[in-house]
Amino acid sequence: MKYGILVDITRCIGCYACEEACAERWGNPITEEHRLSAIQNTAVEDHDGIYVPRLCMHCEKPTCASVCPVGAFQKTKLGPVVYDPLKCLGCRYCIQACPFNVPKYQWNKLNPKVTKCDMCYERIQKGGVPACVEACPAEARTFGTREELIEEAKRRINENPETYYPHIFGLKEAGGTSILYLADRPLNKLGFKVNLPEVPLSHFTEQIMSKIPNYIFWGGTLLFGIWWITKRRDEVQRLQKKLKEMEENNKKGNGK
Amino acid sequence: MKIKVPKLTFWGFVFWIIVALGIYSTILRFTKGLGAATNLSDNFPWGLWIGFDVLCGVGLAAGGFVIAAAVYIFNLEEYKSILPSAILTAFLGYLLVIVALLYDLGKPWNIWHPIIMWNPESVMFEVAWCVMLYTTVLALEFSPMLFQKLRLEKPQKIIKSLTIPLVVAGVILSTLHQSSLGSLYLIVPEKLHPIWYSSNLPYLFFLSAVAVGPAMVTIESYLSSRAFKREIEIHILAKLAKVTAVALMVYFVLKVEDIVNYKLFPHIFSLGYESLMFWLEFAIGVIVPIALLTNSKIRGSKKGLFVAQLITVLGFILNRLNVSITGLENYTQAGYFPKWTEISVTLFIVALGFAAFRLIAKHLPVFPPEVEERKIIAEGFEVIPIREVFKD
Repeated sequence: MKYGILVDITRCIGCYACEEACAERWGNPITEEHRLSAIQNTAVEDHDGIYVPRLCMHCEKPTCASVCPVGAFQKTKLGPVVYDPLKCLGCRYCIQACPFNVPKYQWNKLNPKVTKCDMCYERIQKGGVPACVEACPAEARTFGTREELIEEAKRRINENPETYYPHIFGLKEAGGTSILYLADRPLNKLGFKVNLPEVPLSHFTEQIMSKIPNYIFWGGTLLFGIWWITKRRDEVQRLQKKLKEMEENNKKGNGK
Repeated sequence: MKIKVPKLTFWGFVFWIIVALGIYSTILRFTKGLGAATNLSDNFPWGLWIGFDVLCGVGLAAGGFVIAAAVYIFNLEEYKSILPSAILTAFLGYLLVIVALLYDLGKPWNIWHPIIMWNPESVMFEVAWCVMLYTTVLALEFSPMLFQKLRLEKPQKIIKSLTIPLVVAGVILSTLHQSSLGSLYLIVPEKLHPIWYSSNLPYLFFLSAVAVGPAMVTIESYLSSRAFKREIEIHILAKLAKVTAVALMVYFVLKVEDIVNYKLFPHIFSLGYESLMFWLEFAIGVIVPIALLTNSKIRGSKKGLFVAQLITVLGFILNRLNVSITGLENYTQAGYFPKWTEISVTLFIVALGFAAFRLIAKHLPVFPPEVEERKIIAEGFEVIPIREVFKD
């Protein structure tokens, strides 16, 4: 069973209750920044009067989990993408690669961690709902299984076609995400990227990574082959030279 | 007894300034963190230390595997005299890349984690393993110089018997991670500027590494011929320049293919920051070196060859910085210019490399003796009889 959150931007009233609940859950200070940062794992951005709640998208095939050299990120069976700071070595490839710019870094710490939302994994494991969902007074965030949420999103679009732009953001973007968005306009007008492929981004590196075992085998064979041929050629040349010398010596010997 | 007062030359002075600033920046980095020592941010998580120290460092050390392959795989004996110095340059290069990583990683004490924590899907995981293994290969390829000095004949024999498997492993590992440094950027199609984003990235990175390896060997030979007052192997270096030229020609074709396939004409002919940087990179990294290095007169002159290969190196560095910095700046709109402490650490690491090379070249048999004391024994292996080299 994979859980997710449906974020309905048309319902968000910008009260920041989710930010406060999230800060409490992580033990972070409350700020007025209202953007994702090392101390804000969810944030309500203001795009010309439209409030846009942001959090980790919890991709179906997460880019961060694909790029991390030590597997510090895992897509759990329940849906959340979780991070293990004990494995992390701090290469920050996850921050570089995330198509949604979610992971942030504790730049000023000497033992820095990557920070991001984990969909309140502990609470979900115990059958609870994420803190931000619980705190939202406007029901802008709905928690449920991904299938349920997709049905719910379709229902809302069908029942109120004037209210909604008919696109569920996260259904296919970057291979699909556990967090889904509904809005009254295309999401690229609300700070999201338009140029995301529908395949997971790991697809682009998989293509080349899958060639490696073959390359090692054939490359190794080829190199040993070239070595053997060039060595053999030299040996033959040397022997031929010797043979010639011997023949010449023989001729000289006969001449005497 | 005479007391020698060491003379402080201009370059010596520069060296100690770099060391002093480098120590300050090092202390800052490890007491106040990355935030204080760099201009990196959540919008721009990889800066100069990745773009120059790692991407350029690994590329510039490619001479080691190129020359080793020429000597042992292709049996081109003539390159043997420059092999030890190429191996030393590569070995130091990789050690310095690891040093740079210790600065850049947020948790450098976890640098060994990829050994036991595996994610074979990650390009970074593959690079980590290749760099670890190849540095080991380089250490083994370098070790005979040490054994020679210490007159340990047995380990020398063991390493010699492993030469071919070591060289083959070195070539394969190098091919893999030189290209994988380009593959690192395959996963950011929506962030990297289209001028540089291409599915050809791994091949472009590999080809430019093959081109710049010999260029670095040439520069290193030129500088050490001046520093150690020895003859330069101009005929060998001139031949080696053809490797650079050919690799760059293939690179040129692949890049043109990119321009056509990805329909880059509007991008490269627009008067923007990116297109200007691209043309600068393409001119000094590809077009000018090809023009100069295919000219046999320039190839045959010490100065001409040195200048031509220096341009190749500069163009290479610009390419790596463009992929890792210029190409991503626009997207982030944050703008990034390295903090002075970042530059100071980079210079510090380069200076340490120069000092280490000098020290090792002074004390170990990195350069072949000028007098023709070499003997060729059966099997075609050239050995320098130890006692003859060190009899004085």
